[in-house]
Amino acid sequence: MAVIFEKTKALTDVKLHYCPGCAHGIVHRLLAECLEKSGEDKNAICAVPVGCAVFANKYFNFDAIQCAHGRAPATASGIKRVHPDKTVITYQGDGDLASIGTAEIVHAAARGEKITTIFINNGIYGMTGGQMAPTTLPGMKATTAKAGRDPKVNGNPLRVSEMLATLTGPAYIERVSISTPAQVTQAKKAIQKALEIQKKGLGFTFVEVVASCPTNWGLTPVKAMEFVREKMIPYYPLGVFKDITAEEGK
Amino acid sequence: MAKVLMKGNEAVGKAAIEAGCRYFFGYPITPQSEVPEYLSSELPKVGGTFIQAESEVAAINMVYGAAAAGARVLTSSSSPGIALKQEGIGYISNAGLPAVIINMMRGGPGLGTIQPGQADYNMVVKGGANGDYHDVVLAPASVQEAVDMVMEAFDIADMYGTPVIVLADGLIGQMMEPVEFNYVRREGIPEKTWALTGKGDGEKHMIENLVIEPDDCEAWNHRNFDRYARIEANEQAWEEYKMDDAEYAFVSYGTASRVVRTAIGYLRNAGFKVGMIRPKTLWPFPQKAFDKWDAQIKKYLDVEMSMGQMVPDVAFACNDRTKVLFHGRTGGNVPTVDEIVEFGKEVMGGGK
Repeated sequence: MAVIFEKTKALTDVKLHYCPGCAHGIVHRLLAECLEKSGEDKNAICAVPVGCAVFANKYFNFDAIQCAHGRAPATASGIKRVHPDKTVITYQGDGDLASIGTAEIVHAAARGEKITTIFINNGIYGMTGGQMAPTTLPGMKATTAKAGRDPKVNGNPLRVSEMLATLTGPAYIERVSISTPAQVTQAKKAIQKALEIQKKGLGFTFVEVVASCPTNWGLTPVKAMEFVREKMIPYYPLGVFKDITAEEGK
Repeated sequence: MAKVLMKGNEAVGKAAIEAGCRYFFGYPITPQSEVPEYLSSELPKVGGTFIQAESEVAAINMVYGAAAAGARVLTSSSSPGIALKQEGIGYISNAGLPAVIINMMRGGPGLGTIQPGQADYNMVVKGGANGDYHDVVLAPASVQEAVDMVMEAFDIADMYGTPVIVLADGLIGQMMEPVEFNYVRREGIPEKTWALTGKGDGEKHMIENLVIEPDDCEAWNHRNFDRYARIEANEQAWEEYKMDDAEYAFVSYGTASRVVRTAIGYLRNAGFKVGMIRPKTLWPFPQKAFDKWDAQIKKYLDVEMSMGQMVPDVAFACNDRTKVLFHGRTGGNVPTVDEIVEFGKEVMGGGK
């Protein structure tokens, strides 16, 4: 009988601890499928964050290290400089990357470290239970902004892809989402492209995934996906913010 | 190898290269900036990598990555910068990874002063990060000893899987002395079979830091403490100076011990039977030295460039806090020979 679908071997059989409707499972699978397709799962080392994805090392069937909060880009830089021929990835959430680790991601990008960062932006702290993230939208409720984020009090959300795109070091920056099947397909293409550009040694690559957190948003998984489309994506528009391979092609 | 005249900060950089270190991640801070300056030009000549990180925090986490990847890796800084590195040092310790960290101490607290000090004893020897852990701490008293200890630090780190901190001070970093480099790798250093190298056709490797179940985390701690017990048994190091007939013993390390050594000459000439136990390892503290000499010692004279941070360790080592007296200078000042002679006479009786 012909096999028409098989789970990627770049994921282990360890049961995911994520909530129903969480985006991490989808993005883990996309990353794993991309690595397996190119055979790079045998060559990959992933720096995992502090946050909901802290156990990603157990789910990925390739080498991985649990990093200090926000420091994955620095740790990955150390790994990549020792093993320039390996595919080195950081997998980070918004608290990890866009709050406590802002310096590390900006400078890894500025140095043009030949690594790939997968950035899950769901606008909330998940692991600690729904506190305000640097990417929480104005008006969005959080346990540390109970009436909703008020920019006058809590400041404004960061658009990380746009910020990093101002730098010379990055080779490829794209923002994608996973709230529709078409978006999932595009997200996979973006991850594949980022990994290919890393393999060519062209520079820093970054894929931001606008994602949902039904548990901490207080929405059903379906409603949470609607929130992504109706509220998150208008603030965090999808698209390619930098691609030096496209510029070369012009 | 013939002796050459070198500044301490450059000599420790060369020592790292001699010991096979090819990766340095650091950030400028007085009085150790010559370490990154030297390695920025010397590492590329031997195929190595130097990164000036955006912060000490980033630098120590680059060290974490390079250590996990199986490399011999170095960072260096001075007191406020070492304070910033503590989180990362705790992670490296917890993961059981080898790394070498040089601290050219200056006076503190806070921004303090850029002049030499020894007031990081508590932070470095007792551990400035969260949790139950130890790092090996080596305390050189000369440029040559700093060189030897940096080379040995890489071996100890690889032998046990632990960060090793070389705790010197700005005076040793800034001073020029003749040095030679004779690295001989220790026997019995294990292969880094656990390193992150990509799994290839084998099993994946993981470097873990979160051990969320209490029973697992406790067992993890006990495994670390088995390592510390082996280090305490094997690695205590100290120098004994004029101890054979001593009735009184100075206890001093690093730069302060150099001044004490001179003062002992004057005190001996004045008839005092005094020597010195100079810890070369601060963790593990050289308990064995005190066990060996304590019966004949009436008082210990602890001299440090701090407000007496080592005193509790000396009191514990001799098991009698009434036997320990302290004289120190702090805030970037180095004690003079005269004041140590005076301190000695006060303790031992001025009648001689």
